[in-house]
Amino acid sequence: MKKGSQSWVFNNNPIILASTAIGGPFEAKGALAKDFDVLHDDIWLGQDSFEKAEKKLLEQACEIVVQKGNIKNEDVDFFISGDLMNQIITSSFAARTLAIPFVGIFGACSSSMEGLALASLIVDSNSADYAIAAAATHNASVEKQFRYPTEYGGQKPPTAQWTVTGAGAALVASKGSGPRVTSATIGKVIDMGLTDPFNMGSAMAPAAVHTIETHFRDLNRDPSYYDLIATGDLGTVGQSIAAVLLAKDGFSIPTEKFKDCGLLIYRKDQPVFAGASGCACSATVTYGHFLNRMKKGELKKILVVATGALLSPMSYQQKESIPCIAHAVSIEI
Amino acid sequence: MSSKKEKKLSAIQQEYQQFAKQREPKRPVLKNCLRAFIVGGAICAFGQILQTVFIKYFGFTEETAGNPATAVIIIISVLLTGLGVYDHIGQWAGAGTAIPVTGFANSIASAAIEHKTEGYVLGTGGNMFKLAGSVIVFGVFSAFVVTLIKMGITWIGVM
Repeated sequence: MKKGSQSWVFNNNPIILASTAIGGPFEAKGALAKDFDVLHDDIWLGQDSFEKAEKKLLEQACEIVVQKGNIKNEDVDFFISGDLMNQIITSSFAARTLAIPFVGIFGACSSSMEGLALASLIVDSNSADYAIAAAATHNASVEKQFRYPTEYGGQKPPTAQWTVTGAGAALVASKGSGPRVTSATIGKVIDMGLTDPFNMGSAMAPAAVHTIETHFRDLNRDPSYYDLIATGDLGTVGQSIAAVLLAKDGFSIPTEKFKDCGLLIYRKDQPVFAGASGCACSATVTYGHFLNRMKKGELKKILVVATGALLSPMSYQQKESIPCIAHAVSIEI
Repeated sequence: MSSKKEKKLSAIQQEYQQFAKQREPKRPVLKNCLRAFIVGGAICAFGQILQTVFIKYFGFTEETAGNPATAVIIIISVLLTGLGVYDHIGQWAGAGTAIPVTGFANSIASAAIEHKTEGYVLGTGGNMFKLAGSVIVFGVFSAFVVTLIKMGITWIGVM
């Protein structure tokens, strides 16, 4: 049901029946390693290209989430997935293997929550019993497509971010037990005219702020409603900007409640510059770490605001600014 | 930012960009310059040693010894690129490893490795000079312009 200007409230309680997070060797050394179901020690995953490795990550995440939900592939009605590759090949190729009716989405790094919002909407409207929302990224394939060759020795500035190698998947079901997806706010594209692809945090922060504020207005809530409000991959720069902007507009969120997935996933001593990024960043942290904490009873109500920078390497070279988006999904137990 | 670019932005965008700029960590320019000076200088000193060795022990002259010395440095940086070490050195050294011939070799080798999965012809062959290509194009063109100027000056001098 639509509420306010751009939010959905899910009255039929779509349940996250199962969820999974998969990572690579760098994530295995990170701060949240214990929240991953599988951690690969080979960045190639036994494949002959990084693109194939990324597809493998996504396929594996979906296989595990189906197993965890105690169902079969044929029982899943829809598979909604996104990634950062051109023509979202990772998602489409994984869908070919899974043989589940497929909706491909692209919201850059916000694809994770865009997928969860849509999967919940489909289940909530009785259009499906089971839907999978998934997202994947691979550090090397993203570097190759958006930046320079992985072995190129260019110096990155302190505002750069590190793309997560991993995949996250959630199985949304109409019945069962588990955390409920209660609402979602679909973001608008916000462009503040920033052009530096090595500083996505600053570019994306206004989009996150806009979505969070709209979410509160649409649902008549304030920050105290949630135990945790997490942005996707703003990093140190973007997150501090977002906190200031929110406070300026009267939505001050205490720092212990306002987190960023990109700042949680790695340890302080890992050389990731301003933090982590990628679809897999918010996907693995939400579907692994956050849901685990909810099941343990540490968190009751969370709002995940996945942020995405909707640029392409070509748009950047043609001197276009970076349009950004953020989608918020609230999960309660 | 240039004033021309700023004109296209709305007041809100300008205000935000100024605000965001204050909160961005700046590139450590002084530290980067110092590291670039040390590493770049060390590479050049190493090249000089190689050149002397080639003159002393391999019968090269001062004019011809530059070629084998450069080749050795290129081979070393290509090897380091292939072994996955060069990018880490590059992050530390910045312009120190980018400006000497090592940076040029790295840009070609890294692109060649990266695109191997698309095949040898369209992948490696087609993308090898993705980064280095512009260096070659503008290098050759500026050499052409400089030669024209030099020839002009000589011609005037002759007159």
